[in-house]
Amino acid sequence: MKTYRAMVLVSNDPLSIERGSQQVYTKLTEEIAAYGLQDEISLSMVSDIGRHDAAPLVIVYPDAVIYGPIAPENVHTLVEEHLYKGRVVAGLQAPLKEMTGRIAWLSARKGTLPAEQRIVLERAGLIDPESIEDYIIHDGYAALGKVLGEMKPADVISELEKSGLRGRGGAGFPTGTKWKFVSKADGAQKYVICNADESEPGTFKDRLILEGDPHSIIEAMTIAAYAVGASEGYIYIRGEYTLAQERMHRAIIKAEEMGFLGDQIFGTDFSFNLHIHSGAGAYICGEETALIESIEGKPGIPRARPPFPTTHGLWGKPTLVNNVETLANVPAILRRGAAWYHSFGTPSSPGTKVYTMLGNVNVTGVVEVPMGITLREIIAIYAKGMKKGSSFKLAQTGGSSGSVIPSSLQDTPMDFDSFSKAGVSLGSGALLICDEDTCVVDLAKVLLNFFRVESCGKCNPCRIGTQRAFEILTTITEGQATLNDLDTLLELSSNLAMMSNCGLGQTAGTPLVDILKYFRAEVEAHIRLKVCPAGVCTMKPHVHPEEKVHQHA
Amino acid sequence: MPTIKNLDDLKRIREEALEKKKLKTASGNVQVVVGMGTCGIAAGARETMKAILDAIEKDNLSGISVTQTGCIGLCEREPIVMVTVGEEPKVTYGKVTPEVARRILKDHVGAGKVVEDHKIAM
Repeated sequence: MKTYRAMVLVSNDPLSIERGSQQVYTKLTEEIAAYGLQDEISLSMVSDIGRHDAAPLVIVYPDAVIYGPIAPENVHTLVEEHLYKGRVVAGLQAPLKEMTGRIAWLSARKGTLPAEQRIVLERAGLIDPESIEDYIIHDGYAALGKVLGEMKPADVISELEKSGLRGRGGAGFPTGTKWKFVSKADGAQKYVICNADESEPGTFKDRLILEGDPHSIIEAMTIAAYAVGASEGYIYIRGEYTLAQERMHRAIIKAEEMGFLGDQIFGTDFSFNLHIHSGAGAYICGEETALIESIEGKPGIPRARPPFPTTHGLWGKPTLVNNVETLANVPAILRRGAAWYHSFGTPSSPGTKVYTMLGNVNVTGVVEVPMGITLREIIAIYAKGMKKGSSFKLAQTGGSSGSVIPSSLQDTPMDFDSFSKAGVSLGSGALLICDEDTCVVDLAKVLLNFFRVESCGKCNPCRIGTQRAFEILTTITEGQATLNDLDTLLELSSNLAMMSNCGLGQTAGTPLVDILKYFRAEVEAHIRLKVCPAGVCTMKPHVHPEEKVHQHA
Repeated sequence: MPTIKNLDDLKRIREEALEKKKLKTASGNVQVVVGMGTCGIAAGARETMKAILDAIEKDNLSGISVTQTGCIGLCEREPIVMVTVGEEPKVTYGKVTPEVARRILKDHVGAGKVVEDHKIAM
């Protein structure tokens, strides 16, 4: 991808098209060319950005100025003034009224981008994670004090339901609803578990929270325990995260000393104890029922569901399992209220999302942005474009079990509903961004190899299906496959999705389906022409290095 | 450490901690914060931290508090060091090797000159 000094987006939802966004786009192309700016400015269409009162919209980055409604006859002024001379055309800007969600966020930060909206990562990288005083200075434990002092458990749950917070682990289940299920479940003993077994390849957002702001998770879990009526909690931290475990361990001791954990918290009758459980390196233990089995001391093998953990969880008792990022949202919501939370993101997916950017981009790392930002914006603004002038081919969202997003979908707003409408999933927030040198078959092979190794082996579809899919993909990369094999792959994928016991098998086929849907020509080239268009696959039968040695010996 | 019984206790602790922090940032004092997440440590933040502490000890510098923090999300630029001199705005440095850390202490902390080639625009 080339580096541009500015990026212009034109809204392209049905309403905008009706109001002439296509003509605006054509006119923009002409005017930009007339001023000779085509090599400096990128122009693209973007789908619905939720500002219908001013459609069609034209957004200019990096200033993040929103113009609208724009008619073809305004385009000349806009290009001459803003793009050529660099002056904002105040008269064409979208009216400020009713600015909510993402547009309000962009507007509030125009001229200062790239800025992020930090709720979850508010304190990460700012405070000393080993100092509880530092956390308290930054409004720490204020939400817990408010909850225990002023709110009934039912109020906490209803506030959370109002906030519209959805699980950030990947599935996007409404958090308030889950809390309600556990609070209504029968049983004197209940548990709260924080799922910090972040094992999706490429995701490291939870580690950042645990290492940078451990007390926020303790505070959130204590609030959760109060709301659902639990007295014991576990943080299941991935075994590789030794630093996160150490810091969390010290944070728990400090919190106990100061009375934020233990008996009679904040002088009330409410008691809560928190324990750390270290994972042992199994990907499957990120699945909540396997995680529960693992805490119970058994092999990490998922249970059959239903019954769900909300009624039959840890040691058969009602259990709340939440992801780290989900929990990190909770204190902020309760401190500032559900309405405040709704001012970020989109109506159906309020709030922010933490993404880890990696792959062939200029800047890798972690960003927290409001829900509804598009992939194109993330790549251009936060990742600072593709590496070495390459062009965007595909992105994989949410680690291995996520979807493959082709360039045609990079203008889809990144929120739970828009993504599921487009037939892809948001997942845990990893963005693996690949350029044109990536071979889709090779990518799928790597993923299936991962699943085949990580499958727990409990159910046949997953244990055998992932192995067979890997073998077929290997024959494709070796130039030995037939077109029939592609049908077999699709059949395998659908069987995996329908018949597997847990999420691992159910999602293992997703990348296969996506690749055959969006990149079928490239896959067929491997079979019909026996070439790898990206030049990755050797198209020769693979000889294991050890076998070679034996032959020579 | 005191046990917190109610919101007033929390407020009091918060104010005491703030007061302590203010003393630290009083004019002339210097705060050096090293990013010590896994990414920072992998990129050599421990060596950077050690170099800073060694230099402070060797040159017998005073009025400098060195603390750690987690990752701020710019994993690409680790190790990251943030320097606040008195009431001046915070300066964030990226790719701080022990060598660069010594330069920061000498030029920025010692002579008030920001080390421009390692500064990250925030």
